[in-house]
Amino acid sequence: MNKALLAIAIVPLVAAVATWWTPAVISKTITICSGIAVFVLGLTLIPSATAHAYLSAGPALRVDALSVVFLVPTTFLYATTAIFSVGYLRPPEGEAGRRYARRFYAGLNVFCWSMAVAPLLNGLALLWVAIEVTTVISVLLVAIDDTDRAAEAAWKYVLLASLGLGIALLATIFMYYAGSRVFGSSYDLSYGKLLSGAHGFPKGIVRLADVLAVLGFGTKMGLVPVHTWLPDAHSEAPTPISALLSGALLATSFYAILRFFQISVRCLGPTFPRTVLLVFGLASLVLAALYLLSQRDLKRLLAYSSVEHMGILAIGMSFSAPIAIVGVLLHVIAHGAAKGTAFFGAGSIVRKFKTKDMLRIRGGVGLLPWSGPMLVLAVLGLSAMPPFGIFRSEFLIVAGGLSDPQDTVAAVLVVLVTVAFFGLSWFTTETMLTPVPERERPGVARGETSRFIVVAMLLGLAGLVVLGVHVPGQLSGLLHNAATQLEAAR
Amino acid sequence: MPHAAPSTFTGSADGIAILVLLTEFAMLRAQLLSSQVRLYAFQSLVVTVLAVVVAATRHIDELYLLAALSFVLKVVIVPRVVLRLLSHAEVDLAGSSAFGVATMIAIAIAASIFGFFSIGALHVQSTALPSTALAISVAVVLVAFVLIILRSDVVSQAIGFFSLENGVSVASLVVASGLPLIVDVAFLFDLLAAVVVFGVLMRIHHRRTKTLSTEPLDRLRG
Repeated sequence: MNKALLAIAIVPLVAAVATWWTPAVISKTITICSGIAVFVLGLTLIPSATAHAYLSAGPALRVDALSVVFLVPTTFLYATTAIFSVGYLRPPEGEAGRRYARRFYAGLNVFCWSMAVAPLLNGLALLWVAIEVTTVISVLLVAIDDTDRAAEAAWKYVLLASLGLGIALLATIFMYYAGSRVFGSSYDLSYGKLLSGAHGFPKGIVRLADVLAVLGFGTKMGLVPVHTWLPDAHSEAPTPISALLSGALLATSFYAILRFFQISVRCLGPTFPRTVLLVFGLASLVLAALYLLSQRDLKRLLAYSSVEHMGILAIGMSFSAPIAIVGVLLHVIAHGAAKGTAFFGAGSIVRKFKTKDMLRIRGGVGLLPWSGPMLVLAVLGLSAMPPFGIFRSEFLIVAGGLSDPQDTVAAVLVVLVTVAFFGLSWFTTETMLTPVPERERPGVARGETSRFIVVAMLLGLAGLVVLGVHVPGQLSGLLHNAATQLEAAR
Repeated sequence: MPHAAPSTFTGSADGIAILVLLTEFAMLRAQLLSSQVRLYAFQSLVVTVLAVVVAATRHIDELYLLAALSFVLKVVIVPRVVLRLLSHAEVDLAGSSAFGVATMIAIAIAASIFGFFSIGALHVQSTALPSTALAISVAVVLVAFVLIILRSDVVSQAIGFFSLENGVSVASLVVASGLPLIVDVAFLFDLLAAVVVFGVLMRIHHRRTKTLSTEPLDRLRG
């Protein structure tokens, strides 16, 4: 029985209940404490998850190296978003504001709980349930601002995500059907069992389950062509929620895809599951790179950058070199830190200029002495500039791709990433660095809107630099372990 | 190759799956939103009967509990919630679709044939589990997609999703009834939560736009 594991599954829920009943000041503190506690607990799992094949607590909780890799960015964003929210939220005075804050903080805790618990659960069925919970709660959080645009974004999100998860459930049932060949008509879908018996599953059904899983969970991950909800939800949600959607929720859906990938590799060999991911990944990267060239809305720009990075992850999984898989897993963590920081910066801009329209924002760096430059750095980080973590992870992915027999894919990847870099950095640097004379910006004074926003961004950037300059030895061991588990043939 | 006569379980599972598919077609045809909701309630009832049949023939007692829960949720609560919204909104005509009813049915027939035969093409014969009902449930899911894509009002889209879930339930009952009860209950709980969220958003939509049509939902693009 692993106590840290159990605590991660319980603490955010307790925090959610507590924030519902306490006044705003206390619920902010509770949320931050819970976020930091869960992040630290997650870190303590790294050494033991590297040393052992898996850890468990009861029949329902089981983590291996792969689970912990996904736990790290989610809990990191939980902690930083909690800090950011304190500085960002400006609920109106009075009863309406109190109700808003209560819903927001309780929702934030439940949302982070569902995302943290998803990789801890043992089995495909429970994983599906957890991901459905992430949808239900995040839809409400997207709609929480109660504007026409938020309502529209939430409706598109709930409809598409529910349909996607309907398909994902079908994939889970087909996997059960495949497993019934080996285990008979009554068994649970736990990973240990599925992985041990996968080589005996009927191949046709596993192929179908794999494609349906990529399509279904891919809807929530933002893979083209089922990504259409993503830019709307990311741009209309409150900014803390955008950061979580982009940095953590997409990764959680990717985790579900990887579990199907892992089982499919054991049953079918690597070629088929890799090809499926390659097709979706290329489509996502092409479309996102083009859309990045034509965005005016700062948060939409970052949302399309998420589609781009999810495409990179999917393509990275299609390379045969183990180093590419390590790169993909590092990319998940680095993208979480970078995208979180970038959204925090966007939130700071929105608070300062009261608009997301990049044509109406000028001189961001001059007016926001801390968060302005940090937003520029985060965007450079997202564009894979050294010394940030995404540089390292994309380097590993491309290096793996070039050692692949089909190295044209790696070349295409580099070209598309460059196009995306152009779109992303052109617009943001123009917005942030174009100086504005004092008389042309009446009412906008120089200075930060909140210290909490600055702290959250500093933490995010620090994480990103650590991943870029020197990946800590234990984390590196964890990534290699997880990569080996993913690709293991038996 | 001579075929053995289907067992009671396989026969009834296949029959019920066909009934679910036919209801899905009827929903596609229905012009009144309230009749669509009633058809959904009927479809859910049929799925509940399937749960009872599975429980009885395969001696899985927990499934009786599941059937009871699913009856309360899908036959009583969901239709009531949606019908109340309808009477509140004073709208009953389904949103105009891009195609006529005949074309929609033709598309749906094509979709269900595709679903049915693509599962058949996998050539999986299982002695323990009926594969025909599985193929039909995939057809139900595809027809639900047709319904959601071609109808342009929020109620049809929500009901389309709920009926898609019925199709997946059929698949899960015939194939995965051996899953632990806790997982099944979790599925139902999730559906309940989704119903609540759909209900909340339909209300918000109606309050903000004074219509159930999805036409105003075109502000966010690009």
